[in-house]
Amino acid sequence: MNISRRKVLALGAGLGAVVLTGFKANIAFADEAKTQAAIDAFANGATVESGKITLTAPEIAENGNTVPISIEVESPMTADDYVQSVMILAEGNPNPGVATLHFTPMSGVAAATTRMRLAKTQNVIAIAKMSDGSVVMDKKLVKVTIGGCGG
Amino acid sequence: MLSRREFLMAAVATSAIGGIGMSGQWARAAARQELSEADLLDMDGYGNVTLVHITDLHAQLKPVYFREPSINLGVGDVNGQPPHVTGKDFLDLYNIEPGSADAYALTSDDFVGLAQGYGKMGGMDRIARIVKSIRAERDANTLLLDGGDTWQGSYTSNMTQGADMIEVMNALKPDAMTGHWEFTYGADRVTEIVDELPFSFLGSNIYDAEWNEPAFEAFKIFERGGVKIGVVGQAFPYTPIANPRWMFPNWSFGIREEDIVRNVQAARDAGAELIVLLSHNGFDVDRALAKRVSGIDVILCGHTHDALPEPLLVNGTLLVATGSHGKFVSRLDLDVREGEIKGFKYRLVPVFSDVITPDADMTALVDKVRAPYEDELARVIGKTDSLLYRRGNFNGTFDDLICQALLEEREAEISLSPGFRWGTSILPGQDITVEDLHNACAMTYPSAYRSEMSGKTIHDILEDVADNLFNTDPYYQQGGDMVRVGGMGYTIDPNKTIGNRISNMTMLETGESINPEQNYTVAGWASISEDVEGPAIWDVVEDHLKKNPVVALEPNRSVNVISN
Repeated sequence: MNISRRKVLALGAGLGAVVLTGFKANIAFADEAKTQAAIDAFANGATVESGKITLTAPEIAENGNTVPISIEVESPMTADDYVQSVMILAEGNPNPGVATLHFTPMSGVAAATTRMRLAKTQNVIAIAKMSDGSVVMDKKLVKVTIGGCGG
Repeated sequence: MLSRREFLMAAVATSAIGGIGMSGQWARAAARQELSEADLLDMDGYGNVTLVHITDLHAQLKPVYFREPSINLGVGDVNGQPPHVTGKDFLDLYNIEPGSADAYALTSDDFVGLAQGYGKMGGMDRIARIVKSIRAERDANTLLLDGGDTWQGSYTSNMTQGADMIEVMNALKPDAMTGHWEFTYGADRVTEIVDELPFSFLGSNIYDAEWNEPAFEAFKIFERGGVKIGVVGQAFPYTPIANPRWMFPNWSFGIREEDIVRNVQAARDAGAELIVLLSHNGFDVDRALAKRVSGIDVILCGHTHDALPEPLLVNGTLLVATGSHGKFVSRLDLDVREGEIKGFKYRLVPVFSDVITPDADMTALVDKVRAPYEDELARVIGKTDSLLYRRGNFNGTFDDLICQALLEEREAEISLSPGFRWGTSILPGQDITVEDLHNACAMTYPSAYRSEMSGKTIHDILEDVADNLFNTDPYYQQGGDMVRVGGMGYTIDPNKTIGNRISNMTMLETGESINPEQNYTVAGWASISEDVEGPAIWDVVEDHLKKNPVVALEPNRSVNVISN
């Protein structure tokens, strides 16, 4: 039985594209400049360090439309030393900004879980600003794949 | 390529903690071609714990021919490292004599000639004999662990939705299992089975997708020989990506390294003195994991179907690779004291079906579960003059046959067949039966689609699959082989990056380049999309065999591999 043209489009071209729209074989960092500008604005002149912040995300997205991620920042969360905010960026999305989370010492812990849409394979970035103005960042490459053929 | 000297050093490092390489013993017996059951089974018990590992049986109840790959490339750090060693290099690395029984079991050189001499391997009744003999010797010390891909891969497993394998495995009495293709029976069926299993189905990395909480038991503590053993299960991380997610939409997987770390610690906190990861990650993923995560004593590896005659020691973790389709059973004896392995003794037992006595009870059970289907299983649908096999990074002759059938029966210009690693081999001159065909394609989403794809889409697909296989970071690998192509050829450079590996896509018949903008008629099977229409792949191949009853394949030169 043949599949109609419309059906093929709905299927995502045969082999079964998990995410048809926006699939690109190349890792595209078209919005790297936008991402860097957002990081610079957030850091406000502070040097961006690594450590203290952990971004957890799948290596390969099961569904690019809703990718679960979580962030956790090591901090005593006291009035003198706490995490002010965490910005989450998707480097390859048309608009890299995903969310900015705000914390206070009352938050107790600086941790959150959310879901995001990823148009294609790209780096996801989490960047945290501490109450003393220091800034830490973690990033992870999340692959968005056609899928199938595994065995 | 790991040099012999480096390997010897690695071997010394393993024996430094008490290991004794056992492969040489049966290698010598095999070289004399005087194999006896005692040669294969006898091993002086060592230490206080015996781990017995079987994995990736792919529902093979009876002995089979299974040709190991001649091409199994590793990229990045693992280039030339086991298991990415084949043929003569493999024999040299493990000091195996060409033409010996172990050369036949572990490599592909002269496969047809050796298969005629040494016969079929595997069979659940032979495996039962091995397991019973180990248990008879040291039942109180033995833990039997099944790495998954057990319920799928045969005509009878597909007809019974895995019930044949479940009945047989319940009789074998494993202590725990994990899974991959099991999930392709759908969430309802898996839940129904797991609720009734008399042993644990473990999956540290399976989550309820909606509530983001663990959906399966992550680990279990066993006590054997006075040692508390924590077994953490790790299902295939990319099940919802490599297989149809719509069949189990509420389960999410992933490597979830942080959960392994957490569960290893939880098992230690619960008193475990020995930590075993029962893994369906694939060998390269497990090796990377062993480098990154400490505290795991043994990883029992599955998924990528590698068989290694000796464990690989990585960062203090022993990696055991037990092959597939019932060809091997691993026995790892451990001396565990003061919460650590003081020494080990290992044996990869090759299941030579003509040497190992079948266990009569298991033979009867296997015959019983197959009985309703015997006539259909034995029905001859063709004959082959060529060796039919599947394994290899880029092609296998069974897929050449499938691709040819798709092109002709579905009137397509290009055909695609997934790079599965399961499926048995058929020797030249043998009949092809329904059972043989289904061993290569028995699954729950067999529809053979026919659709239009642009040259660019085909290129994107090849690039995507190539990156699943050749990404230098193993955590991004899915463990299959390259999608097989019919009607077209291409050049691949595995060492490049995604988007840059595939070039020179050409229509074989005309020699014309494939135009990214042009649409081509493509036939394939095993789409992971829902609502795929088309006949089952086994009907397509059977129809093709009706018109072409004798298979005689030309050598496949459609893929040009750039290697350095």
